Amino acid sequence: MMSTPFKDAKLHDCRVSFVETLEVLAEANTDIVAVCNDSVGSSKLGDFKERFPERLINVGIAEQNMVGVGAGLANGGKIPFVCAAAPFLTGRALEQIKADVAYSETNVKLVGISSGLAYGDLGPTHHSIEDFAWIRALPNVAVVAPADRIETAAVIKWAAAYEGGCFLRLSRVGVPDLLPEDHVFELGKANQLRDGSDLTIIANGVLTHRAVEASALLEDRGISARVLNMASVRPIDEAAILSAARETGAILTCEEHTTFGGLGSAVAEVVVESHPVPMKRLGVPGVFAHTGSANALLDDFGMASDAIADSAAELVKRKA
Amino acid sequence: MTPDELRKIANRIRRRDLQAVYEAGAGHIGGEMSVTDLLTALYFEIMSVDPDAPLDPKRDRLVLSKGHTALALYVTLSEKGFIPKDEVSTFLKHNSRLNGHPNRVKVPGVETNTGPLGHGLPIGVGMAKAAKLNGDAWRTFVITGDGEMQEGSNWEAIMAAAQFKLDNLTLIIDHNRLQQGARLADTNNLAPLAPKLEAFGWAVEEIDGHDMEQICRALSPETVTTGKPKCIVAHTNKGQGISFMSDNVAWHHKVPNDEQYKQAMAELEEAE
Ligand SMILES: Cc1ncc(C[n+]2csc(CCOP(=O)(O)OP(=O)(O)O)c2C)c(N)n1
Ligand SMILES: [Mg+2]
Repeated sequence: MMSTPFKDAKLHDCRVSFVETLEVLAEANTDIVAVCNDSVGSSKLGDFKERFPERLINVGIAEQNMVGVGAGLANGGKIPFVCAAAPFLTGRALEQIKADVAYSETNVKLVGISSGLAYGDLGPTHHSIEDFAWIRALPNVAVVAPADRIETAAVIKWAAAYEGGCFLRLSRVGVPDLLPEDHVFELGKANQLRDGSDLTIIANGVLTHRAVEASALLEDRGISARVLNMASVRPIDEAAILSAARETGAILTCEEHTTFGGLGSAVAEVVVESHPVPMKRLGVPGVFAHTGSANALLDDFGMASDAIADSAAELVKRKA
Repeated sequence: MTPDELRKIANRIRRRDLQAVYEAGAGHIGGEMSVTDLLTALYFEIMSVDPDAPLDPKRDRLVLSKGHTALALYVTLSEKGFIPKDEVSTFLKHNSRLNGHPNRVKVPGVETNTGPLGHGLPIGVGMAKAAKLNGDAWRTFVITGDGEMQEGSNWEAIMAAAQFKLDNLTLIIDHNRLQQGARLADTNNLAPLAPKLEAFGWAVEEIDGHDMEQICRALSPETVTTGKPKCIVAHTNKGQGISFMSDNVAWHHKVPNDEQYKQAMAELEEAE
């Protein structure tokens, strides 16, 4: 039986692999700098600060200034990783992201820490469940949400080498390893984690392992579910989505984001225009969350692995 | 109330806050201890508010802009009768209305949903402007952290308040010299705050933010300068009242272990 593939798996905080990778890159490339907003601790930049004190630029509690400073540093040839709690980075500095990063096409790496529901009981002001919608509406900024420690490291390596703006959506909620250690991130490419023929579950970030778990539960129930890890939300892997629509005939999306404008919407945009099939989008259903830990909230919003499996089974019934 | 009575209430609020942080395993205890005396003076001496009519249009308004210290506000509101005293034990629990940042939609007595720093003062300017437009006498109070003053939105509001001559608005800066990860002096130092506010056209007073007599005097309507918004720079200590937390940046949101809890509680009881 495969039903609980991650039952005893070790869980990792992806912030650790983010900073470890950043330090290795910064050692080799002196242009790499980190910019933050009194968030040295929450971004886990303490070691970076010790190793490269002059390259840790803490502007204080001032996110608009932080992103503007990042754009200026990029103009001066630096490769800024602008790190802050995702809600304040994206929500507070959205116009700086639009005008100074996207429109000005600057080489700024926006690192949203503790995104999604990670801040749990701190409440909706601290949840970042609108950021896919906000940032993917902007041209010129890649939007990427890695699923585990390994993909996080791969994404950071990719971002440092990539010429252009990007928003990297990290969490602090522990997740098991999913991808092979030698994984290389490619922008705009999904990874198929399990093959299947009855439907496809598309997820990213902290939802990906729950999707894999749901697929295992579905196997026990005689339903064959393909699982795609869709870290790259913009650009999105249209080919993988279209193959999923054609070959499996139904698509379920799961995201730690409002169902308005996020991953599910991005997938639906491709599906409706090219190959309509039944779809169901799981996420936060357009409300400010009640009080609870991140994992409890995901469960409450129908994204426990068995609930995802139930939604998938319902969806399969809707296939013509 | 006499300063002594107010001190007793503040001590009770600190103890209840400490217990709730310990039991919930989370909270922002440093900033809660630093703001408690200010909240106590406002709710039990200065402000006209009625727990039975929390939305009375003529009430005085308080905006706790440093929303991460919501617990201190919840305990104060419970002491004042806005929410049941035993509800404080639900702090941060699944489905509780008392999450880590205050919510006006759910919690009576809360005026606006804070949490992202730098929101309270612009809202306070709007409140004070509304009172002026209405010809009403109610006052607006906003409490910010000192690190919070690094947000540019505050300075936009500071300019507006002076331009609008909002002498019914009082900003209290909880000046504990520490922010989340470090001292202000090592991050982005705003000190001295008073001359900056004065340069923007505000009436400024500096006080010891743990001295009840000084707090009450600075907040009293007699000390308002006609035509000018008022800023009280309240010199405080993060972790005030608990020796090992006081002025120690590690206690921004650390949670005491059993032994630390006992010691902290003993110190507060001793001071009672
Ligand atoms: C816009 C925004 N940026 C960052 C944070 C994270 N944060 C919460 S508390 C805090 C430090 C606040 O320091 P200060 O204003 O001095 O408050 P106090 O010392 O009274 O706790 C920070 C950076 C936030 N809540 N909002
Ligand atoms: Mg402070």
